[in-house]
Amino acid sequence: MTRTANVSMVLMVMLAVTIGACNKKTPPVVRPQPPVTGNTTTPPSPPRPPDPITEPMPMPPEPLKDDSLTSNSLDDLNRDSPLKPVFYDLDSSDVNADGQQILQANAAVLKRYPIWQITIEGHCDERGTAEYNLALGERRALAAKTYLVSLGIAADKVRTVSYGKEFPFDAGHEDNAWSKNRRAHFVITAK
Amino acid sequence: MTNIQLGTIRWGQTFLVRRSAWRAGGRFVRSVALLVAASAVVAAQTPAQPAAPPQQQQPTSVELRLTGDAGSPPRLAVPDLLSLSPDRETQEAAKTIAEVLWNDLHFEREFDLIPRDTYKSIPLAGSIDAVPFDRWRELGADGVLIGTVQKTAAGVRVEMRMYNVRARASAYGREYSGSAANPRVYAHTMADELHDSQRSLRGVARTKLAFSSDRNREPVVNTIEKREVKEIYVSDYDGANQRRITINRALNITPSWSPDGRSIAYTSYRSGLPDILISNIFAGTMETPTKGVGQNFLPVFSPDGTRIAFMSSRDGNSEIYIVDRDGRNLTRLTNNPAIDVTPTWSPNGAQLAFTSERTGSPQIWVVGVDGTGLRRISYESYADRPTWSPPPYNEIAFAARTGPGYDIKILNIGSGETRQITFGEGSNESPAWSPNGRHLAFMSTRAGRSQIFTTDRDGRNVRQLTRDGNNTTPNWSQ
Repeated sequence: MTRTANVSMVLMVMLAVTIGACNKKTPPVVRPQPPVTGNTTTPPSPPRPPDPITEPMPMPPEPLKDDSLTSNSLDDLNRDSPLKPVFYDLDSSDVNADGQQILQANAAVLKRYPIWQITIEGHCDERGTAEYNLALGERRALAAKTYLVSLGIAADKVRTVSYGKEFPFDAGHEDNAWSKNRRAHFVITAK
Repeated sequence: MTNIQLGTIRWGQTFLVRRSAWRAGGRFVRSVALLVAASAVVAAQTPAQPAAPPQQQQPTSVELRLTGDAGSPPRLAVPDLLSLSPDRETQEAAKTIAEVLWNDLHFEREFDLIPRDTYKSIPLAGSIDAVPFDRWRELGADGVLIGTVQKTAAGVRVEMRMYNVRARASAYGREYSGSAANPRVYAHTMADELHDSQRSLRGVARTKLAFSSDRNREPVVNTIEKREVKEIYVSDYDGANQRRITINRALNITPSWSPDGRSIAYTSYRSGLPDILISNIFAGTMETPTKGVGQNFLPVFSPDGTRIAFMSSRDGNSEIYIVDRDGRNLTRLTNNPAIDVTPTWSPNGAQLAFTSERTGSPQIWVVGVDGTGLRRISYESYADRPTWSPPPYNEIAFAARTGPGYDIKILNIGSGETRQITFGEGSNESPAWSPNGRHLAFMSTRAGRSQIFTTDRDGRNVRQLTRDGNNTTPNWSQ
């Protein structure tokens, strides 16, 4: 993934240089535009179509996904978030093996977008008491943050907040709902 | 701010039993003198330590108190008051005051209240001459509360008198005047004064509850999740007059009354992160005792109202802290990598009980406010929300995991014995003592959603107070 991003950045720079060289009238202000228009849309004043540039990149839809992550609004981004929730066992704030895998994937995303600010919300199921769950949710969020930081994510990009059992994701009262509600939930708050 | 003030009530002991027999008036004046003496004695021997066992309410001036048959509480009737004004509002007030007074007196179980529908046929009386004592005697009443309501320029005047049916004499009288907006306060005031003078009991009829509710169904802003705000509400002790006191459209939970009943501290996510706010509900102002440092939860006022105990994660882990109400003198009380949470003050302010999972599961612990004397007091599979009773009881109520859900248990600190007062009807959490220690408010899911209930300290007389939305984390005013 990172290699893909790097390649497309290089291509963008090449394209920009080409454009700048061929069209003296446009000011040479070449902003490092985010790779929004990596597909075949025509640049404003193209001396020649960028076919040869896009052609040799037979990349699967991943670059497109990258594009949407950068161009979408925060709400859209969070609605289909690239940061997946981590789930916990009953009464526990330990990040288990599944959770570690998810956090590793989340860390990889965050490393690609180092300017993102995120909040980790700690949530609990209704089987704990309202008061104790405020502390348990705090601890769950912190456990997820600590693991992310151990993977190289800057601590100051990650905020935590506990909601105890106040905002369940599934209003049900059985195992399935409870397991969904014991989670660290990731929200992108700035990009 | 909201109008939850009780209005101006002026009351005086009305000894003017003008048209009644002079002996009744003479008896009453004497009773007042004796009662003053009795309350002076009570005040002088108020114990500093809550070690005394639950005492029976012993009459200190037997002659003046309404008595029932030996060994049983006095049987009392509370017919509608007589409306001296023809307007609908006054007539309704006459009925409401009697109903509420009946409920208030029934709540403390100090009198045997005769059901009101059994004496509808007995004519109302405006004076002692008109009281049909034979009829009340026939009903088996030891006492009957007779009163009048009259519309005045300023609002309303309420006069109430307790008659001793056997002696055919007035045992007690009160007159109140004030706003006609909420006639329930006259009943509540009369009930508290009757309990005080007749049973030496501090009633709770004028106390309030605070709790958190999502009944507005307003969405939380700045999230794509489907979440509803929770605001802090207050109500009378019986659930009447439920009113919202916060309007910040965020999560607001775990309210705690100041001892003077003028402020409520609570956990608010108004800024996006949990912090402690104090709303001065009459002044309409707010305080932030933690001054924006860290994330702070679960405030509880000290018994003298000058300090606040709370949980904070400011040092990287959930710990218990104490801070002056103005933000000074922050003290950290716990220092353990495990979760420490949910503090409650002992009645004399010298100790805190709190929840700690340092032994692997959440249990109730006690520590002195100077950090000494740390000890574990509960041995449950899971225990939380300790709440320390007022004197004379020395007990801690808490929520204990008893199955899939929780039940309310009460631990007697002196004997170490624990008793259970709810039994698996839904999940029962967040107990809060009434100021006289005879009742608890708690949250239960027994009726479906989370609702506020009250119960007596023995688990009897469970009443549901809320029905709209989810209602949680109750707290009872002093």
